[in-house]
Amino acid sequence: MKMDFIVDKQTKTVSITKEFAFERSLVWDAYTKPELLDQWWAPKPFASRTKVMDFRVGGRRFYAMVSPDGQERWGLQKYTSISPKTNFKLFNAFADEDENPELPGSDWDLTFSEQDGTTKVSISIYNESLERLEKMVEMGFKEGTMSQLNNLEDLLAKLTGEKESK
Amino acid sequence: MRRDIFQAIADPTRRAIIALIALQAMTPNALAEHFDTTRQAVSKHLRILTECELVTQEQKGREIFYSLEIEKMKEIDKWLEQYRKIWETRLNQLDDLLATIKKQEKEK
Repeated sequence: MKMDFIVDKQTKTVSITKEFAFERSLVWDAYTKPELLDQWWAPKPFASRTKVMDFRVGGRRFYAMVSPDGQERWGLQKYTSISPKTNFKLFNAFADEDENPELPGSDWDLTFSEQDGTTKVSISIYNESLERLEKMVEMGFKEGTMSQLNNLEDLLAKLTGEKESK
Repeated sequence: MRRDIFQAIADPTRRAIIALIALQAMTPNALAEHFDTTRQAVSKHLRILTECELVTQEQKGREIFYSLEIEKMKEIDKWLEQYRKIWETRLNQLDDLLATIKKQEKEK
């Protein structure tokens, strides 16, 4: 289903909205359980590997984005607020392998709502600085790689195939 | 110091300066006439824009003309486009995963 991506340069906020044709509890689980998160979080051909995840207020997720040649780039997400199945907030930052965050980071606000079997996830990311965004892109998602992995058609075909085989 | 481009374009006066010099190179004095502010204030904004490499200056006689670095402005959109693609890929993968989970549930 369609994704909306809006950048408000004035408020330094990126807003991403996406609808899923699945119930809210399942979508919520995919965002809050490490074994599920690791299956979709990293854009292919990268892999997400969660080392620690403690989903509670004050807890954190410490994970690596692993490139195909095995290079790790660490990320740290600290949960600052949780309303089960409705909303959670986190502070996101890159980190070194010893969990020392690289500041500045960004504040994320994720809201989940369900209507007629469709779950809408609204993600709002406040960036203190664009430099982080730049770094995000630099960290391995080079243009070439992006166009390569942007084989969305393949992905969508696969998805459609799975739906049809139900 | 390295400036952040979001910071450069976050200020309304700086955005107005960018809009003006996108059309033609201008001196700080000519720019100041467009705003209800001092020349010093305009100079400060120009300094920030220069530090962000969004503007370039050219000396003509006793005057300095400022012009916009269009390519630098395009860079902002390029970064954002890549960021958008990362999210698009990521969320499509999630959609894919959810479909797989549902399928497995049904097969049980």
